[in-house]
Amino acid sequence: MRFITEFRSSKLASGLLSQIRLRSRIPARLMEFCGGHTVAIFKHGIRQMLPSTLEMVSGPGCPVCVTANADIDRAIALSQIPGVIITTFGDMLKIPGSRSSLQESKASGADVRMVYSTMDAVKIASENTDKSIVFLGIGFETTAPTVAASVIQAKERGIDNYYVLSLNKLCPPVIRAILDSGEVRLNGLVCPGHVSAIIGSYPWEVIAREYRIPCVISGFEPVDILQCVSMLVDQIEQGEAKVEIAYRRGVRPEGNPEAIRLMEKVFEPAPARWRGMGELPASGLKLRKEYRQFDAELAFDIATEPAQEPVGCICGEILRGTKVPRDCPLFAGICTPEHPVGPCMVSSEGSCSAHYLYGGNLAG
Amino acid sequence: MPDRILLTHGSGGSLARELVEKSFLKVLNNPLLARLDDSAVFDFSGTLAFTTDSHVVSPIFFPGGDIGRLAVCGTVNDLAMSGARPLYLSLALIIEEGLAMSDLDRVVASIQRAAEEAGVKIITGDTKVVSRGSADGLFINTAGIGVVPEGVNISGSNAKSGDKVILSGNIGDHSIAVLSKREGLSFATTLESDCAPLGSLVAEMIAVSSSIRCLRDPTRGGLAATLNEIAGQSAVGIRIEEEKIPVREEVLGACEMLGLDPLYLANEGKLVAVVPERDAEVVLKAMRANCYGKEAAIVGEVLSESPGRVVMKTGLGTSRIIDMLVGDPLPRIC
Repeated sequence: MRFITEFRSSKLASGLLSQIRLRSRIPARLMEFCGGHTVAIFKHGIRQMLPSTLEMVSGPGCPVCVTANADIDRAIALSQIPGVIITTFGDMLKIPGSRSSLQESKASGADVRMVYSTMDAVKIASENTDKSIVFLGIGFETTAPTVAASVIQAKERGIDNYYVLSLNKLCPPVIRAILDSGEVRLNGLVCPGHVSAIIGSYPWEVIAREYRIPCVISGFEPVDILQCVSMLVDQIEQGEAKVEIAYRRGVRPEGNPEAIRLMEKVFEPAPARWRGMGELPASGLKLRKEYRQFDAELAFDIATEPAQEPVGCICGEILRGTKVPRDCPLFAGICTPEHPVGPCMVSSEGSCSAHYLYGGNLAG
Repeated sequence: MPDRILLTHGSGGSLARELVEKSFLKVLNNPLLARLDDSAVFDFSGTLAFTTDSHVVSPIFFPGGDIGRLAVCGTVNDLAMSGARPLYLSLALIIEEGLAMSDLDRVVASIQRAAEEAGVKIITGDTKVVSRGSADGLFINTAGIGVVPEGVNISGSNAKSGDKVILSGNIGDHSIAVLSKREGLSFATTLESDCAPLGSLVAEMIAVSSSIRCLRDPTRGGLAATLNEIAGQSAVGIRIEEEKIPVREEVLGACEMLGLDPLYLANEGKLVAVVPERDAEVVLKAMRANCYGKEAAIVGEVLSESPGRVVMKTGLGTSRIIDMLVGDPLPRIC
């Protein structure tokens, strides 16, 4: 078993597609929550292979894209405080805030560094004891345990110049918010694979039970995604709504208990701002009382002007699944990967970037 | 000699001369370099190819290579992609104060081994030392001169409809090997960089076909960028097939884990050739006979339609546009 090529097998994919085409009778709209899924679906041309009964829409699962402008503005303001070094994952550098970006702030003299892990940020803190190192904690349940681990390590090592601006967000609450809004009719949910590797399948049960929406956790290879769609079609056709795992090699029902323990040790649920959705209760994470000394919110006086959204940009609606990139008047004209206006065009996991980069696919 | 590079090593004084003599001349020794004049002076006749390249890789040592080998191979390969036989290189180092002398010696030894393998001589050079924090250990610039055989006309603007696209081997090895050693991302892999001089491979290809249209080494931006450059320069379309592109399982695995696409990853010992259909098989055979072309494959063809556009037939039978990437490929965070 080599784990990759099997999941790109055209023979397996053809078999799954035949099943999907044969069984799909009821028109259904499926949402892929995760940005990684959006990219994979476009990359492999999966949308163009599905029968006309099935429509796929992208959800708010790009962690960089859902970061609200107000929070990007705060990160930029932090970067401009003397003695502060901002550490962050790469895509965050390029995301435009209301008036600037971290990349522009860096070019103007701010010390902003791209890191590949939270432990890099702790190391920078240990090597620069005369500076304050702030890690921008973005991402979902996938990155939250690593942010928690960095805080625990800083505490154990007595590193007192390391801070986290906690912008981490939780997936199930935002899905509930989208469904509660009534803006989008969904018949099936392609649940995120890596998030579920951490939280398991149980947190999705409430979506299946309360909203009667089939949920299937998917991997990221084309055969994974087609298997997930096939399982969703089966549930839809049989009138079922349950949670299933189509990514057995990555996800256990109970998730990763150690990662969950770390996350819960350091963080507690808190309201969070989402681009396009405003503030959602208990959809974010804040540092618990025992770890408040590492909370950048409390350690620094972060002053920003009121946030502004770029004129004409519909990233918020795209993230809610109510519009697609081609509905945006700026898409591929004013807003391109070279000159992005909104975050969905900047992030490598953004919906607009996937639409633009992969050309919406050609006829196969 | 101190065990670390000091600012005074770049001062032009006795310590600087000692550095040149003990660290460079002793290892890279050849008559043209040994003169230590301000320029290397040599006789020459024929058509010249001239190129330059700077190297800032981090970390400077990685599985399968180091910044020294990269500096030689990068410039040698740029010459070879014009069909030239590489002859001479210049070597300019910008060294950060505090670099371990043992690391410098290791890099210089690696430069000499790569130069011997590529059949080139380093005939002139320069050393600068900058204060700690002004550079990331070591930066290297190499410029190179080569001779282009008569009748050879290789350019990115020569591709014609009906030509075949040949790739010399597995893609993505270099990027993944370097990433595997990058702090905060390190993962266990036996993968090594493909960093290699391709002069002999190109010479053997030219020996069996005088009609090779384009040669490119898909470094930064990967295969995707290289094909887009050729499609743009030649005003042609290019269609490739995903299933024909050689990629190691370890690279696919790392890409899945990190959310990267092998098409956009840098290579340092691979080339893309565009050749007329009639010569494709003979060129492919010659490539496979060379140690740096064993995995060579015909991966696509040149089309008259959709000029400037690269399209890939996926393993699932669908098609998608392969565009250039903006910026560096970044690991996913979701």
